[in-house]
Amino acid sequence: MAVKVYGPAISTATVRVLLCLEEMGAQYELVPIDYSTGEHKSPPHLARNPFGQVPAFEDGDLMLFESRAISRYVLRKYKSSGPDLLREGSLEESAMVDLWLEVEAQQYDKAISAIYIEIAIKPVYFGGVPDEKVVAESVEKLGKVLDVYEARLSKSKYLAGDFLSFADLSHIPYTHHIVASPHASLFESRPHVKAWWESLASRPAYKKVTAGTPTSK
Amino acid sequence: MAVKVYGKPQAVCPQRVMHCLVEKGVPFEFVLVDIDTMEHKRPEYMEKHPFGQVPFIADGDFELFESRAIVRYFASKYADRGPNLLGRTAEERAKVEQWLDVEAITYSPCAFSIVFNLFLLPIRGLPGNKGEAVASMEKLDKILEVYEKQLARTKYLAGDEFTLADLTHIPVTRYLVEHCGLAYLLDDKPHAKAWWEDVSSRPAWKKLMSFVASGASFYAP
Repeated sequence: MAVKVYGPAISTATVRVLLCLEEMGAQYELVPIDYSTGEHKSPPHLARNPFGQVPAFEDGDLMLFESRAISRYVLRKYKSSGPDLLREGSLEESAMVDLWLEVEAQQYDKAISAIYIEIAIKPVYFGGVPDEKVVAESVEKLGKVLDVYEARLSKSKYLAGDFLSFADLSHIPYTHHIVASPHASLFESRPHVKAWWESLASRPAYKKVTAGTPTSK
Repeated sequence: MAVKVYGKPQAVCPQRVMHCLVEKGVPFEFVLVDIDTMEHKRPEYMEKHPFGQVPFIADGDFELFESRAIVRYFASKYADRGPNLLGRTAEERAKVEQWLDVEAITYSPCAFSIVFNLFLLPIRGLPGNKGEAVASMEKLDKILEVYEKQLARTKYLAGDEFTLADLTHIPVTRYLVEHCGLAYLLDDKPHAKAWWEDVSSRPAWKKLMSFVASGASFYAP
């Protein structure tokens, strides 16, 4: 039975899970959740994700939420049919994957999502105007994070080590939008970060999952 | 060679790591990095921890930061001793990670906003942002309603055993209850209240609180 992912295809957290399923060649069904009708707060969806967020994930009797937890589950379940993205055969390598996943979820995500919300979500979904002060502060914050990444990636091919891991892929959903925006220079101006991004963006799973997603202008 | 934990023993994130080590019966040396004098932002420390935060650990030659990566590391390394902190099946493990992420992304940022504005700033004689604290308290109440529903079904967050998912909540929740007067948020949530009373009376947590109060540098199980 195919696993199910509940969420809009354009949701960055949903994309995170879809990327992992595609990397592992897994069969899955994407069940769209319509934010415009408040479906994410409807009782059936709250039964899947009690915080009323997306994505939610179903594998038989197992219901999960939180995109990174879902992704880890997927990467383990389909471990024999795709790349080793969690490195659980090595205590130290898997710890490095966990470390950079925490950095992604706390430092990177906070700064980059704030930019995306201002320049893409607000204007498109709420007819609002970007708060330039918030954008400027978030761009500065993201710049500082990317300085650390630049230093790291000058010593190590990927974030957790010389191997590609889920820690790298987890950065794709928001980065995909920002590199297509006026703030692409954040990535273009840092040569190791730029090369790292280009490597991620060349992956077939990336191209497949992001084919239908609009990028911000 | 003993594990070294770098940080300030009263700080929430180092306490997560130390609690995990105490649960697993692993001795460690605590090395003070004085965040009150901004030691964590000085170049010497930032060479180890490029984001200038605590904790940082050294386990022999292996160095790591990010408290939740560290507790996963020790829970895996010492899977064969002490309580099982990671779940026993793939499904249980996924639930542990789900609630770890809820703590990291939803619970703690809200909790920290309250602790920062109602405790950390005032004890330094600085004004906390009451409006921000109140907004966060309302948010926390709603988050705890979700926890109440889960804890009415399972004894602990990820299932019927205590795991990392419960552990990472404890240090900041203690600040909320003991220093910010927020125990009342649990009064109308009997299962969440029982969960808090259970996890905060774990012998390993009590041992850690004694260790922190003692000002000692070396912990031996």
